[in-house]
Amino acid sequence: MHAMVHLERPAGSPANASNMATKVFARGVNVYYGEKHALKDVNLDVPERAVTALIGPSGCGKSTFLRCINRMNDTIPIARITGKIEIDSQDIYDPTLDVVQLRARVGMVFQKPNPFPKSIYENVAYGPRIHGFAKSKQDLDEIVMTSLKKASLFEEVKDRLQDSGTSLSGGQQQRLCIARAIAVSPEVILMDEPCSALDPIATAKIEELIDELRANFTIIIVTHSMQQAARVSQRTAFFHLGVLVEEGATETMFTTPRDRRTQDYITGRFG
Amino acid sequence: MTNEHIAKAFDVDLQELTQKAAEMGGLAEREVADAVAALVRRDTELATKVISTDVTIDALQREIEEKAILLIARRQPMAVDLREIVGALRVCNDLERIGDLAKNIGKRVAVLDGDFSPQKLIRGVEHMAELVLGQLKRVLDAYAGRDLSGALAVWKGDEEIDAMCTSLFRELLTYMMEDPRNITFFIHLMFCAKNIERIGDHATNIAETVHYMIEGRPIADQRPKGDTTAFASLPVT
Repeated sequence: MHAMVHLERPAGSPANASNMATKVFARGVNVYYGEKHALKDVNLDVPERAVTALIGPSGCGKSTFLRCINRMNDTIPIARITGKIEIDSQDIYDPTLDVVQLRARVGMVFQKPNPFPKSIYENVAYGPRIHGFAKSKQDLDEIVMTSLKKASLFEEVKDRLQDSGTSLSGGQQQRLCIARAIAVSPEVILMDEPCSALDPIATAKIEELIDELRANFTIIIVTHSMQQAARVSQRTAFFHLGVLVEEGATETMFTTPRDRRTQDYITGRFG
Repeated sequence: MTNEHIAKAFDVDLQELTQKAAEMGGLAEREVADAVAALVRRDTELATKVISTDVTIDALQREIEEKAILLIARRQPMAVDLREIVGALRVCNDLERIGDLAKNIGKRVAVLDGDFSPQKLIRGVEHMAELVLGQLKRVLDAYAGRDLSGALAVWKGDEEIDAMCTSLFRELLTYMMEDPRNITFFIHLMFCAKNIERIGDHATNIAETVHYMIEGRPIADQRPKGDTTAFASLPVT
């Protein structure tokens, strides 16, 4: 079945062009919120161990698409999804699939840092503990430390792991949320405007972190900052009015986009 | 061209940049025409004027560069806007070089002395200059009008000028061998001819920039080349 789906891929589509293995494979994805057709027939190949940026004006469907990848839209009663999304060739809308397991494989970081009102340590330890990743306290300590290190936060918080997560600065809180997301060893990390509430220094730190994380994770980031998309991503997809207008190598998208709508949006000409 | 930006000030800035580049183009065109006229008529007064005009062109180049850099810093331009700004930078760079080459002709006119003026050769240089001025005018029009086919025509039209320069070179060599007393004059004339030929090359550079601004990629073909002065010689007898 899966091989057939691949055969349907049009020539010159992203995965062929980029020579990168496809991690997330979306075909004919439609999302309806009640009467509203929010996402229209989206086909997208997200390459493994790379950063894919989703850009587009507010309400264009980029966050909706992002939320399809860890089935967050399931939590919205009026949302209805059709089409196919696969991660590593596995259909994530398969009724037998465990959604909790899926969300461990697909982590998410939100626009506003949202640490639990618990200690820094507990924020990171929570996921691995409920998923049974740690056999002992030592194991858990190890996971917490490595996750904080990977999120470039460890040095700043190592002496106050028992302080509340909410006592950290905005940028630190966001890195804590990233540490929390990677503590359960996800394969894909979804980021929904992770820097929009941060100052330029904190933003630079997160961007640096994203660049490091892509060695081990597949990252999909929704951003309103064109410059951020240009800086951090290898692939960029432009959404408009629920349609995926254009997808391609980031350098091409920001220098010579093919579609007029992409060009108008990235150059600030959208009325 | 394209739609307007949401930030109107960006459009104003971009227009200003293009206008300045066009202004600079007009000045450079004029300077070349004057330099050639000064050469043909041996008009040292006009030659001096050419030399002083070049200062204005240099100042305009600096102004355009500053504007472009400020625009990049302030707007972080993307796609077509970025190419527009990079295009203006490149074009004004070529125009500045064109101005320098014209100025150099002016300087040579000032030092050419005596009444020696072989009309046939001067006509040859003049004719070549007419072709180059035509190229320059067309490419500046193509730049102002974002005219891709116009730019490509200029790009392909340089071959004839190159060929003329080569043939002029051979002719001058013959004259020099005939009468070594006029070698100084002929050397200066040869440099003038070479300067004019170089101006033609800068016109094709501008054509390439216009192509890049519109298409976002360099011209794929090889440009036809007719300048073989680098290999030309007369048989030693």
